[in-house]
Amino acid sequence: MSNITLEHVTKRFGANTALEDVSFSIKDGEFFVLLGPTGAGKTTTLRVIAGLEKQNEGTVLFDGDNMDGTTPADRDTAFVFQQYSLYPNMTVYDNLAFPLRSPLRKTPENVIKTRVTDVAEKLKITHLMDRKTARLSGGEMQRVSLGRAIVRQPRIFLMDEPLSNLDAKLRESLRVELKHLQKVQNSTTLFVTHDQIEALTMADRIAVLDKGRLLQIGTPEDIYDRPATTFVAQLVGSPRINLLRTDRDNGTLQIIHSDLQLPTPNDAIPERLLLGVRPEDVRLEDEGSFEGVVTLIEPLGVETIVHIKNGQQTLLSVVSGHSPALIGEPVRFNVAMDRLHYFDMDGKRIS
Amino acid sequence: MATITLKQVEKKFGDSFAVKPLDLTINSGEFVVLLGPSGCGKTTTLRMISGLEAVTGGNIYFDDQDVTWLKSSARDIAFVFQFFALYSHMTARQNIAFPLQAQKVPKAEIEQRVKDVANMLKISHLLDTRPGSLSGGDQQRIALARALVRQPAAFLMDEPLGALDAEFRETMRAEIKRLHIQQNATTVYVTHDQIEAMAMGDKIIIMSRAEVQQAGTPSQVYYNPSNLFVARFIGSPGMNLVEGEFHGDIISLPDGSRYAVPAKWQKPLAFTIPMDGKVIIGFRPEAVVVNTEGSLHAGVYADDLHGGYSMLHLEIGEVVAHARVGREYRFPIGTPITFDLDPDMVRFFDPQTEKAIRLDATNGSAA
Repeated sequence: MSNITLEHVTKRFGANTALEDVSFSIKDGEFFVLLGPTGAGKTTTLRVIAGLEKQNEGTVLFDGDNMDGTTPADRDTAFVFQQYSLYPNMTVYDNLAFPLRSPLRKTPENVIKTRVTDVAEKLKITHLMDRKTARLSGGEMQRVSLGRAIVRQPRIFLMDEPLSNLDAKLRESLRVELKHLQKVQNSTTLFVTHDQIEALTMADRIAVLDKGRLLQIGTPEDIYDRPATTFVAQLVGSPRINLLRTDRDNGTLQIIHSDLQLPTPNDAIPERLLLGVRPEDVRLEDEGSFEGVVTLIEPLGVETIVHIKNGQQTLLSVVSGHSPALIGEPVRFNVAMDRLHYFDMDGKRIS
Repeated sequence: MATITLKQVEKKFGDSFAVKPLDLTINSGEFVVLLGPSGCGKTTTLRMISGLEAVTGGNIYFDDQDVTWLKSSARDIAFVFQFFALYSHMTARQNIAFPLQAQKVPKAEIEQRVKDVANMLKISHLLDTRPGSLSGGDQQRIALARALVRQPAAFLMDEPLGALDAEFRETMRAEIKRLHIQQNATTVYVTHDQIEAMAMGDKIIIMSRAEVQQAGTPSQVYYNPSNLFVARFIGSPGMNLVEGEFHGDIISLPDGSRYAVPAKWQKPLAFTIPMDGKVIIGFRPEAVVVNTEGSLHAGVYADDLHGGYSMLHLEIGEVVAHARVGREYRFPIGTPITFDLDPDMVRFFDPQTEKAIRLDATNGSAA
């Protein structure tokens, strides 16, 4: 396993810039997630690291060595794709053994057997070993694909949305298993996703990409608690953060088109700003300082989303379990003042 | 708006049932969700209500009228599909007005109604645009407007948000429900997404393998699932299910720990649990109370941040259970922890029948 570093990497396809001056470093043993919407440049980053695309500018380093001029095979990365690419007529065992049987590696059969058995146990597919992969369910196939990647000990695992094609329940359980496995094996992993829950729950660190640019790198806590821009703030968290156009008038913050007023935390706050409030920080309390009318209730079981209208603004609040709130009724609430987010009108965080 | 009643409605293809005989009442103004995995019969049920699919048995009523053999166009329903079928050569306005023109509604009234529905769905500024140049979300809004502009006996919606991306789905989910509250229109909504069903439905009908598993409010199906299928299907993640052996006032778990059965459950369990003593304990992730004095044991399998809270994944014997806890609870893999279960949130299931054991079970009713 290795440290992987990108320094000022730019990649263009014709007139189109897919990656612009991207720099980050993945530490040995780290679970590093690239998060961003379609077209952000996530897959291009993976392909540049694997050596499948050559960057126009900048450097890719593996353990400090410049990888320019090396082939994908030299780089020794292992890919897991969204679409599993298994050999349908081979058994699960043979699919798992395949990368080790490569003529380049010449692994002895008894070593292969130990490794394949070990991986199959970790992924709970031991009972499927003699089955042809064409006869497996989607979840089983994706497990075998993962197994085929981890049976080797490459320098880094490159995973391109490997869970996206699975149904919600399976995605949930594989997410947990994959994270467990990564921690136990301490394997360096770069995982690409557009799903904010996958990023928050699995990553040691997340890099948020949009339109080829890196917006923020940090732990899940950093990204969720201190988003660098409104884009990042809206990308993570479900339901989405409340973003409210606000004016500062001396010591008071006035949320426009409402009668919601808050004290200004400090003088660094500009006159026009965007105020961010996470839904769990809007707390329904009988003695709350603010009032609104409930316009919608979404009971999700574990929690309830309450839509509260004040003037022309609607705030979403998340309360745990069942909520006694009623549509059309007034409700009082507080906001967690120490958990508010302030952004300038360009969307940049004000610290 | 109509009350829709299904009496012993079934659909057979050859010898196999797509929908087993089904009784269902959708009250006037109610928002009912048909929920289940693909192939469970939910879409077939919707298509039978619409008249797009003929029943092979039973009767369908709109109020007192038997519509079983009435063709689709005569049933006065409005459809919204996952894939918006808009006319690309028409503007949004013409698309929305189309069903009213077909009904020969006077021109002035058409104009007014298109204006109203466009306001409601916040698409007034798009009315003179052709749908081809709009985003998927805007196109789906126009498709909704075209359905809502009419005042049919019922709205039938088949995964209308299925093709949209996650964040937009959240917004549209709230909009459709808000519209429903304003219009109070009888709505039957099909989805495989349990979060959507919970958020939107007045009543949820959960289907699997061609039959209804449970019908109830979001709260009923979440807190009191009638069987293991519903317990697993509802919730994200689903209910934790751990098998143990019942010994009167305790249940021993596969890892050797002993769960003290809450007093109110001791009798019903004694009446219901089969001779071998096997029982499944079910608990939602938020029922776990991590506690240094706790009587249950587990090893941390993984832990993760979900934003406002953390999820601990706990290895109890061979099972990985999930616990929703505060953000301050973070542990390295393998850490042994102890916990208790909120006694009001524990449920029990019979492993053989897969059915929930009822708190009011007595010798008589269990027999």
